[in-house]
Amino acid sequence: MDSVTVAYQTYGTLNADRSNAILLCHALTGDQYVADPHPITGKPGWWNDLVGPGRLFDTDRYFLICSNVLGGCMGTTGPKEVNPATGKPWGQDFPIITIGDMVQVQARLVDHLGIDQMFAVIGGSMGGMQVLEWCASRPERVFAAIPIATAARHSAQNIAFNEVGRQAVIADPEWREGRYMDHGTKPRRGLAVARMAAHITYLSEPALHRKFGRNLQGDRDAFEYGFGAEFQVESYLRHQGSTFVDRFDANSYLYITRAMDYFDLAAEHGSLANAFKGTKTRFCVVSFSSDWLFPTVESRAVVHALNAVAANVSFVEIQSDKGHDAFLLDEPEFHATLSGFLEAAAVRRGLPPAGSKGETP
Amino acid sequence: MIMSIGSLRVDLRLIADMVETGSRVLDVGCGDGTLLAWLGRHKDVDGRGIELSMAGVSAAVAQGLSVIQGDADTDLKDYPSGAFDTVILSQTLQATYEPKTVLNHMLRIGRRAIVSFPNFGHWRVRLSLALNGRMPVTDTLTYQWYDTPNIHFCTIHDFLALCDELGITVERAIALDGKGGVLPFDGDGPLANLFATQGLFVLSRAG
Repeated sequence: MDSVTVAYQTYGTLNADRSNAILLCHALTGDQYVADPHPITGKPGWWNDLVGPGRLFDTDRYFLICSNVLGGCMGTTGPKEVNPATGKPWGQDFPIITIGDMVQVQARLVDHLGIDQMFAVIGGSMGGMQVLEWCASRPERVFAAIPIATAARHSAQNIAFNEVGRQAVIADPEWREGRYMDHGTKPRRGLAVARMAAHITYLSEPALHRKFGRNLQGDRDAFEYGFGAEFQVESYLRHQGSTFVDRFDANSYLYITRAMDYFDLAAEHGSLANAFKGTKTRFCVVSFSSDWLFPTVESRAVVHALNAVAANVSFVEIQSDKGHDAFLLDEPEFHATLSGFLEAAAVRRGLPPAGSKGETP
Repeated sequence: MIMSIGSLRVDLRLIADMVETGSRVLDVGCGDGTLLAWLGRHKDVDGRGIELSMAGVSAAVAQGLSVIQGDADTDLKDYPSGAFDTVILSQTLQATYEPKTVLNHMLRIGRRAIVSFPNFGHWRVRLSLALNGRMPVTDTLTYQWYDTPNIHFCTIHDFLALCDELGITVERAIALDGKGGVLPFDGDGPLANLFATQGLFVLSRAG
């Protein structure tokens, strides 16, 4: 691939010595619209409430960058964009990509913006994998790192879930060997099923029970004894599936889930501790107690590796029953932890304290 | 109740005074990080902490300290040898599953260790068991037998015998009263074993 287009958003202003940049890394189906309404769905950005003047990611003090990942479908080069060699969408001709490739593209963007070292690189889930990849491959460019609800390698169970999603897409006749765009169609049903299955893994039984229980759909008070959406949880999942299809490309879903599957920092570096050897980055690792997709044990493995190289690391497992998605939700203890860590790191980096509007003291 | 001076508990202040300026410190069972914060502010210490409770860890991290959620039994093994100048274990030894392993790890990853624990040889404890025939519940040992996290109680003499067995050098031994004040007799003598509410020890290992 000769050239890559990167779609990105920024918030706040880069300071004179270019030391206040924060790179936010989005998750599998996220995008660069961290704090803007989504251009297709109109919904608020995925960390909308955390970004702004005086907020956790204080736009008066920090310069926030978020780019759509390589292989994505919101403007960065991916399977739905046109392959210059053929004049047609890449489709399945798009090369297989890795988390390392995504980070390499982000690094080129950061170069382009004239930033040597980022103050912080932050992300949850697949975004957290990118954070860890940054720290392993380009440690000198990351002053502080916050990998959230993530892992240094994709587990067998998670590869299995991804495979279910991919097979659902591939089994849809409208997928047409990945060339659906040439036929002006979409594997809607397959991608929707993939999203439904994945969505369950982002939640937890208590969260599902609290939201829906065994409640029936609409104003029904009895079963209809059929295969329509009897239960509220079914119609919720169907809705999640069908709205996802409107905003996400099926081939992107295949390529990005594959990139997650390949991720294994320990295998790449001999051992996980080796991946972080000599690091000077300050780490804050966060997990959530009810997350069964990226359970706390995965974060602990990262923490143990960081301890083994005497890295500067904080780690907390936030008590929450909201499952993996907790990192996108209102979790005051989580936000207080991030805020404290960032403030202390800002002092170490010589950035002005909170409330100072970015002026040098 | 334990008194505090300048917002630091008396026994913690004693420990803080033993820590060298600018040194690397690991506080095992650091709670909300009070001691680490004090050491960072007053002694320019590069401090790290391990704490079991989420509330403690988030309070510590929220004030900018480097603290991980974990415990002495499971998390000390990962640290490289000689990573710290001082490893502190304050009022936690009696709650560990494997006190021997914990002490060995402390002196592997730290040049020296500072350990404090409640003395089960205190006369009130002895009297309570001898006269009442009940497990002692005192001002400093407030738990009932069935809900105590303290699973490995020892007396000061028990502890010294263990140090001897493990080849650990006791550099300093200090006897403390229930308020954390220093008692005027040898921290490793028979008076300490009978009258000290807590023992505070600085340990090292030759070679």
